[in-house]
Amino acid sequence: MDLPNINKRRILNLLKEDKRFDLRKPFEFRNIEIETGISNNAEGTARVKIGKTEVIVGVKMSTQDPYTDHEDEGTMVTSMEFSPMAGDRYESGPPQMDSIEIARVVDRGIRESKFVDWKKLCIKEGEKVWSIMIDIYCINDDGNVMDASAIGAVAALRVARFPKYNEKEEKVEYGKFTETPLPLTEHVPFTMTFYKLGNKIIADPTRDEEDCADARITLGISSGKKEKMINSMQKGGITSITIDEMNAIVEQAEKVYDKVFPDIDKKIKHLMK
Amino acid sequence: MSFTKRPDKRKMDELRPIRAEIGIIPNADGSALFAFGDTVAIAAVYGPKPLHPQHLQDPERGIIRCNYNMLPFSVTERAKPGPNRRSKEISMVAGNALAAVVDLERFPATVIDIEIMILQANASTRCAGINAAAMALAQAGIVMKEMVSSVSIGKIDDKIVTDVIKEEEDWEDGEGATDIPFTMTSRTKEITHLQLDGRIQTTRFKEAIEAAKVACEKILDYQMRALKGEKIDETK
Repeated sequence: MDLPNINKRRILNLLKEDKRFDLRKPFEFRNIEIETGISNNAEGTARVKIGKTEVIVGVKMSTQDPYTDHEDEGTMVTSMEFSPMAGDRYESGPPQMDSIEIARVVDRGIRESKFVDWKKLCIKEGEKVWSIMIDIYCINDDGNVMDASAIGAVAALRVARFPKYNEKEEKVEYGKFTETPLPLTEHVPFTMTFYKLGNKIIADPTRDEEDCADARITLGISSGKKEKMINSMQKGGITSITIDEMNAIVEQAEKVYDKVFPDIDKKIKHLMK
Repeated sequence: MSFTKRPDKRKMDELRPIRAEIGIIPNADGSALFAFGDTVAIAAVYGPKPLHPQHLQDPERGIIRCNYNMLPFSVTERAKPGPNRRSKEISMVAGNALAAVVDLERFPATVIDIEIMILQANASTRCAGINAAAMALAQAGIVMKEMVSSVSIGKIDDKIVTDVIKEEEDWEDGEGATDIPFTMTSRTKEITHLQLDGRIQTTRFKEAIEAAKVACEKILDYQMRALKGEKIDETK
């Protein structure tokens, strides 16, 4: 189950020359595929494959009482699970720390970018608001499930449409859908994670590379019409990251964003048609 | 109102369009997708592998650990994630349906993990799950005495139908709806899983068994074709 030390050494030694097993450059992503149509009972769904890594994401909507400190805003809950299907390291049971962290980081990337217009999810102030539930499942883990999950969550939100709402009875008519998309803004978040292996930094690791990593940094970036903004960050792992490394990561993040995001955006827009 | 034709215009003994494919989860030892129309199941198999903790091991035979799980967004009103009484029962009966044909004595002290996931539900989810899991076991190269195929037979009002959908399951007029999921072995035509919900005369139940036998033979053909590498998708 654990990566043998000999493989670990080989990955680290190759990386000293900026080489990777699959011949990618340090910040090069694997091929990303995005599909929708996983479940026609959901308000929105997405399947994201990054290389062999695969996640499926569903968006379900319901109504609830608003939180007392945000009486005119909708709510969102994100959950993530590694299915035991995803690899022999995963077992069935309640979500573990790794999946809880992914859910929370994905949630923050969406929330803090102001991608969702929460006020437009208000049905009756102080009484009833829409609630968005995002469920993320990893079904095959070959590394970088964090970024795949974030891409999937954003894609599922963008293809989602409201269910029918019966205003008289103040109830959602489950299984019936409108054509109305969710109130989303132009600040589309994109989450990417950098991994530190020895003194090298890479993006989009395979599972073996991830197993060699000492630390990681996840950044959520959005742009909209103006300049790029960092909306969320999370450091993972115990090993520290130097200030120089951190600055280099932020610079690199902008480049990765410019290179990878337009392609993803195009693929999602194609699905929205 | 009496039940004279099926809501989706199928013949009484007709299956929904089938999808069947193997090898969909690269990490797994065996994996498959099986769909009856809108009901889509995927399954992955890991093992046989040593079973821990050790006290669960059976020194004479391997065990099958089956886990059936419906995704929260597979149904119209979000299902709470995690196991519940229904999913635990289905996990057990599905595991038993499959264990009947696996030659477990060849793998003492080991476990075979089967994970079934329902991506989209419109009735017959356990049958789709068992079909996918049987294909995944075969792809994993696990020694099986024979294959199994699963189908739900219904009696809707007074009509025996094959491969029940939600709308039929909810039928209330006349004699109402009876749902009978069957799993049958490929060669000996034995029943490895059977459940029944509703009201049915003993004579009609015998008809249901015959309908299941015919349907399972059709399903077996899809499973075998998929196992030979064909990607079957009749929904397009």
